Amino acid sequence: MSVRHALLALLSEGPKYGLQLRQEFEARTGEVWPLNVGQVYMTLQRLERDGQVESDEDGEDGPQKGYRLTEAGGIELTRWLGPPADTGVPPRDELVIKVLIALRVPGVDVPELMQAHRRRLVGMMQYFTRLKEDALEDEIGLLVVADAEIYRLDAVIRWLDSAEARLRNRPAADPAVEQPALAPRRRRAGALR
Amino acid sequence: MSAVLELQQVSKSYGAGPTLVDALVEVDLSVRTGELVAIMGPSGSGKSTLLTIAGTLEDATSGVVLVGGTDVSNMSANERARMRRRFIGYVFQSLNLLAGLTATENVSLPLELDGTRASTARRLAREALESLGLGDRTEHYPDELSGGESQRVAIARAVVGQRSLVLADEPTGALDSLRGEEVMRLLRSACKGGVAGVVVTHDAQLASWADRVVFVRDGRIVDQTAPSTRSQRLVVPGPNR
Repeated sequence: MSVRHALLALLSEGPKYGLQLRQEFEARTGEVWPLNVGQVYMTLQRLERDGQVESDEDGEDGPQKGYRLTEAGGIELTRWLGPPADTGVPPRDELVIKVLIALRVPGVDVPELMQAHRRRLVGMMQYFTRLKEDALEDEIGLLVVADAEIYRLDAVIRWLDSAEARLRNRPAADPAVEQPALAPRRRRAGALR
Repeated sequence: MSAVLELQQVSKSYGAGPTLVDALVEVDLSVRTGELVAIMGPSGSGKSTLLTIAGTLEDATSGVVLVGGTDVSNMSANERARMRRRFIGYVFQSLNLLAGLTATENVSLPLELDGTRASTARRLAREALESLGLGDRTEHYPDELSGGESQRVAIARAVVGQRSLVLADEPTGALDSLRGEEVMRLLRSACKGGVAGVVVTHDAQLASWADRVVFVRDGRIVDQTAPSTRSQRLVVPGPNR
């Protein structure tokens, strides 16, 4: 699970305090993935080291220290939300996290993002179906392995379809989709105080 | 290879005024001989409307439909009916086999309606059934056939004669996975044998048999997979991801 990217997503909505980040993370993942305080601060430190977030210069480490997303952090978040660049498929749980996170990132077209993943998954399924088609009837091992991959991909696609249907049917005017586009924020020391 | 089916900016609306529904919006689609294309989308996305318009069973509100290079809007009702019988095969979820006719008669009927001599039509029908592994079922009636066999009779009826376009709507119906796979293998081999195929489905497994998967949402084509080529080989993912 990507705590890093969840934190980047929360900061894409605007500057936040450490404690606030932890509370919002838990609230928005339906409290399915509880975080401990140490995890949050350790991850924030690494993000800051990598130039993806910035913190108040004068703030002390702790729940009241403010953090902001940098341009590099915004780029990393967008890259991660899309399908992986290699031929692998993210495990289903990672895709769940990506969709949950994308729902909260201003300016992200979530159905379009889901379609990008769906296209990738169907393309992989076509590959395994070709393997099956070209296999000989007695190549049971190959046929069974291809089936296993096809059913696994099918489960992910079905979940994407149902998630998209839920998204379409949700009540209008959810503030999560009404927010301004993701933009790099200028560093303003002490802006949260 | 030439396009057997071509839709250019095809739109279809039902109703009028406040009850107007846009079932298809400016759809462009081209399907060539030898190609199987899947149209994938959820219920109500317009995929079945697309198929009935492609099959000239229904008229587009606007846009151009070319079958075998001919604009169907320039054809009379009789010319269209004849083209459907001769060149277009349909496989629907409800197979629509006629209960009072044998498997051979079900398959030969469209040829006979088109003026083919009965003896010739029945010979072609038996050949189509044999090629689908139903050589010992030719004189059986639909209620004497299993679900998988009935589905194969429906496919034989769709590809018999000189059909150049086969249109299928959720063709594996309620078949179990291996029987459904069999149906898709048959459609694939019909396409390889020189037919253009279009299958509409909400099922990714079915769609994955196609050379190209076209995604529809709200009556629009929103995306498609790249046409598959055999030389493109992906790395098979290992067990630990």
